[in-house]
Amino acid sequence: MIQKVVANVGEAVKGVTDNMTLMLGGFGLSGIPENAISELVRLEVSGLTCISNNAGVDDFGLGLLLQKKQIKKMVSSYVGENDEFERQMLSGELDVELIPQGTLAERCRAAQAGFPAIYTPAGYGTEVAEGKETREFNGKMYVLEHAFKADFSFVKAWKGDVAGNLIFKGTARNFNPNMCGSAKITVAEVEELVPAGTLDPNQIHIPGIFVQRIFQGKTFEKRIEQRTVRQKE
Amino acid sequence: MALDKQGIAKRIAKEVKDGYYVNLGIGIPTLVANYVREDISVEFQSENGVLGMGPFPFEGEEDADIINAGKQTITTLPGASFFDSAMSFSMIRGQHVQLTILGAMEVSENGDIANWKIPGKMVKGMGGAMDLVASAENIIVAMMHTNRAGASKLLKQCSLPLTGVGCVKKIVTNLAVLEVTSQGFRLLEKAPGVSIEEIQAATEGNLIIEGEIPEMEI
Repeated sequence: MIQKVVANVGEAVKGVTDNMTLMLGGFGLSGIPENAISELVRLEVSGLTCISNNAGVDDFGLGLLLQKKQIKKMVSSYVGENDEFERQMLSGELDVELIPQGTLAERCRAAQAGFPAIYTPAGYGTEVAEGKETREFNGKMYVLEHAFKADFSFVKAWKGDVAGNLIFKGTARNFNPNMCGSAKITVAEVEELVPAGTLDPNQIHIPGIFVQRIFQGKTFEKRIEQRTVRQKE
Repeated sequence: MALDKQGIAKRIAKEVKDGYYVNLGIGIPTLVANYVREDISVEFQSENGVLGMGPFPFEGEEDADIINAGKQTITTLPGASFFDSAMSFSMIRGQHVQLTILGAMEVSENGDIANWKIPGKMVKGMGGAMDLVASAENIIVAMMHTNRAGASKLLKQCSLPLTGVGCVKKIVTNLAVLEVTSQGFRLLEKAPGVSIEEIQAATEGNLIIEGEIPEMEI
């Protein structure tokens, strides 16, 4: 068995330097790599390009990196749940590339799977397709979208073992599996790190081959963005 | 009387058929789930990665790991499943989801839709909307017939940046049910008590009126 465990979050983010491109899992605040983000804030690395569906809120998630002006560019499908993001975007301090959510997922997956690019119908005829190659297949138009190239991928899983095998929980899965093995180095933080042989191989969502480093996160706040409930009748 | 948002949702709910997998957008579309007939089997997909979405959780039972595309806490129903984002959009792009219901700022008579960006205002992004409209076979737009300023949202040509081209099939507004055809918006039904003249006046794009136009049944 090939061991993937690193001692702590410091070891996990080792090698991240200014101006790198990072992928970060999560949808909204669900399934984000909280521990890695905190460590990146502490390290004060800057000029980062972050590929992430969203950009966090003012005081949590990627919002923490934005507060410290560590992000140069965001590649996302939906942003603006935080004021600091809006301010930096409108002032031109922050470069933002908005791309369709499914295209974002597939550009991650293409990088993982060794495809240089994919054709998608999403965005055809819109400003998203401007300057991009288009092609007709069976009477329908498609846009050529390239696989992402990233230095590090930071993902969060529910359970993982020392071999780097991962299991996700609920909708906290989202982009995390698609970002595993999509960058030069994939770092997984898990709520529960277990010995090899503990997880049922039938239940593994992402095999350890896609993960270079794994560690158990110290804390997971798992903040809820929109708490919606119904009353018992 | 023109319909309110609940009325629009009630009318659209009649378009949801037994065995459908359905994706609901934010706003009026979300309300549709409340009015789907109880004697049919339907599963709701949320593009962040869940099929078989249920109602909001009871207080104290919220789970940060179970949310919908609006980032709201939800529950799942028996038979539900979770999956990653690429698989979620495989369901959408691969046309495994039978019906997409979403809101719009503008729709043109050839079926173009604009619903993600107003130049000069804060742009939040398209989320999954471009994937949904580019792929779904059956797209219903739920919206008010006119905007807050009273201007028509059913246009000859969209003025706002597009989300997708030639993709809208049907529109349900507070005034009417319309079908997008190669000649323009064909009026299928009018809201209770709303006259054809009112619908005509609120529609900038070409409105096709053929034969007797029935009133919506809600």
